[in-house]
Amino acid sequence: FYIFRSVDEDRKIEYKAAVKIQSWFRGCTVRAYLRYLNKMVIFIQKWWRGYQSRRYFRRMVETAYFIMKMNFYNEMAVRIQKRWRGYNVRKYIHNYYALKKYLEAISVNNEIVRNELQEYAEMKENEEKRKDLEKKEKEKKYQARKMHYLLSTEQIAGIYNSPFRKSPDPMELLLRKSKPLSHRRQQIKSPLGCELYDWPTCKRPPAFSTVQPLPPIGRQKPQGPFRDTAEVLRQRYKPLEPTLRVAASINSPLEKAREEMKREEWRNRIHDNEFLPFSSYNKNEKYDPSIHRSGKYGQETYGIKHFREVQPKKWVADKDFQTVLPSIVLFEKFGKTYSRTGQIV
Amino acid sequence: NSGVMALLRPLLLDVIPTIQQTAALALGRLANYNDDLAEAVVKGDILPQLVCSLSEQNRFYKKAAAFVLRAVGKHSPQLAQAIVHCGALEMLVICLEDFDPGVKEAASWALGYIARHNSELSQAVVDAGAVPLLVLCIQEPEIALKRIAASTLSDISKHSPELAQTVVDAGAIAHLAQMILNPDAKLKRQVLSALSQIAKHSVDLAELVVEAEIFPVVLTCLKDSDEYVKKNGATLIREIAKHTPELSQLIVNAGGVAAVIDCIGSCRGTVRLPGIMMLGYVAAHSENLSMAVIVSKGIPPLCACLIEEPEDHIKAAAAWALGQVGRHTPEHARAVAVANVLPTLLAMYMDTRSSEDLQMKASILTKKALKNILQKCTYLPALEPLLHDAPPNIMKYIVGQFSKVLPHDSKARRLFVTTGGLKKVQEIKAEPGSLLQEYINTINNCYPEEIVR
Repeated sequence: FYIFRSVDEDRKIEYKAAVKIQSWFRGCTVRAYLRYLNKMVIFIQKWWRGYQSRRYFRRMVETAYFIMKMNFYNEMAVRIQKRWRGYNVRKYIHNYYALKKYLEAISVNNEIVRNELQEYAEMKENEEKRKDLEKKEKEKKYQARKMHYLLSTEQIAGIYNSPFRKSPDPMELLLRKSKPLSHRRQQIKSPLGCELYDWPTCKRPPAFSTVQPLPPIGRQKPQGPFRDTAEVLRQRYKPLEPTLRVAASINSPLEKAREEMKREEWRNRIHDNEFLPFSSYNKNEKYDPSIHRSGKYGQETYGIKHFREVQPKKWVADKDFQTVLPSIVLFEKFGKTYSRTGQIV
Repeated sequence: NSGVMALLRPLLLDVIPTIQQTAALALGRLANYNDDLAEAVVKGDILPQLVCSLSEQNRFYKKAAAFVLRAVGKHSPQLAQAIVHCGALEMLVICLEDFDPGVKEAASWALGYIARHNSELSQAVVDAGAVPLLVLCIQEPEIALKRIAASTLSDISKHSPELAQTVVDAGAIAHLAQMILNPDAKLKRQVLSALSQIAKHSVDLAELVVEAEIFPVVLTCLKDSDEYVKKNGATLIREIAKHTPELSQLIVNAGGVAAVIDCIGSCRGTVRLPGIMMLGYVAAHSENLSMAVIVSKGIPPLCACLIEEPEDHIKAAAAWALGQVGRHTPEHARAVAVANVLPTLLAMYMDTRSSEDLQMKASILTKKALKNILQKCTYLPALEPLLHDAPPNIMKYIVGQFSKVLPHDSKARRLFVTTGGLKKVQEIKAEPGSLLQEYINTINNCYPEEIVR
């Protein structure tokens, strides 16, 4: 019985020991397994977080780069606008020098106008005076003709030829010059006359008597046998008949070819949208390549920006190819319009 | 008066033509003399008689009858209306087609007097088809006929743009423009007045008048020896200049400003008024134009007008014109201030403040002119004398200007103190918080405390 109990107890002790060992061992394996899992998970998470943050970092770098570029462009644009606005205002809106010149021109013009008006006024005054003088002269002559009998004779000196005077009075001279007035004439002559009806047509100011009559234009007969008028007119009004070279435009074969091409393209395009496969239907994120994959500061430019390798060392005459024929206009602009960094954000 | 109408009336129907003519002439002279007599002529039912017998009579009768109509029509619109009622207009238009120039003259004179009163009567005249015939009359060789026809056209077109347009459509402008060259002074008066009545209504009409190439020629009219020719010429240029800046620019480019300025300088009295207003209109359009006025030496004659003229409305017009010239920029205000005209304006404003209607308008215009010039004036020596005399509402502008300029200019500050301006500013009493007080504070802040006290 004691033997069985001790064996039993030994068995219990062994059993417990075995259980302990097994439990400890299982615990160890499980722990080792968990540790292994943990490590794996950590590894995956590490890799994933690294990837996300690298992506985020790349995005940040790209935005910062973009903002820097845009600031730079804005500054440059401000400079251009500043210059342009100054120029615009100074040239067109408030051109100081042009204004000054204009005002000077106006004062010069005013001077001219004033002088001319002054001359005109003087001319009118002279005209008035001359008219007055003429009238007086006419009056005097008329009086002289009327009083012709007051002329002095050989025997008796007339009124105007007093012996006490050194030379006869001007009236005397007038009397001597004038023809005696006949009776018939006296009735018709009206002393004043209507001045206004002197200028019946009133379309031009009166011509002054001091203006010399122009010399006659030498009437030389035109010489020679003349062509028939009909012929001359036909020659003069012949319509223009340009040659074919002049009539067609310079670029015509080229232009025609371009028109052809345009029309072809327009015809053959079925629809303008890009064809998207179904698997990419829900994907709207573009793949961001890692920095290692991308080019130096962006993507590799060959094949996208330029596609002709240039090796100046191999050139024959130290000169690049020259475009002799005009290239296709659209392709000339490739890569030369405003930069594509704006498309990133 | 003593039953003479009743006696004259049967004489009009007499067999002998001389008696008819003399009776008509007598009636005309009676009606010409007085309103009441003209009314008596109308009441005595004489007009229908005249009108009926007009068509078959000879030219002396027609002349006398047209004289009667003219004498009746000139007194008042009602009498003219009576004439229109009895169908006289058609008769007058028939007279216009007559061969004798005397008849045409009398007929167009009568039409002119009728059309003068108001626009309905003018419309009636136009509806009777008178305008083309008048334009034909203008082309006739006799000067008296031209004069009367031009004055009738002027009376017709002065009422409304449509009437002016009718006159223009009949091709009047070209003939009127040609006649500006005529040496006769009275004809020129009428022609210029007709053109100015046409041009005053709208921009298009003014442009039509300008297109008739009047421009350098009209300036010779401004040098004519006759006062009224100068006045009407200046009126024409004024009516053209007042519409748009482009038209004013045209006038300035043609040297019109110089001519008008000389004209103002050489005349006296109301003849100057349209020239002054023309300068005001030109200067009002834009600052370049007012600079052009200044450059053409426009300010001295305007100042002379302001000082010399006895009449209030001319003074008011000169003040207004100066205000328009000076109100654009400090440069302009300086040009006006240098001519020493601000004290005169101020004196005028204070003078005319306590009077009746016309002077009220003058004082309003002077006040506006002063205000406008002062708001831009930075020429301090001219503002100083004003400080001493000005009333409070002008004072605030003056002090305002000082407060704008003094903080920046040290020499001006020194001058201000030495001429006693600062003392004067201290003496001004102003309510605290008002603009005036702020300005005074600004000025006081420019100086150290001791000087202020």
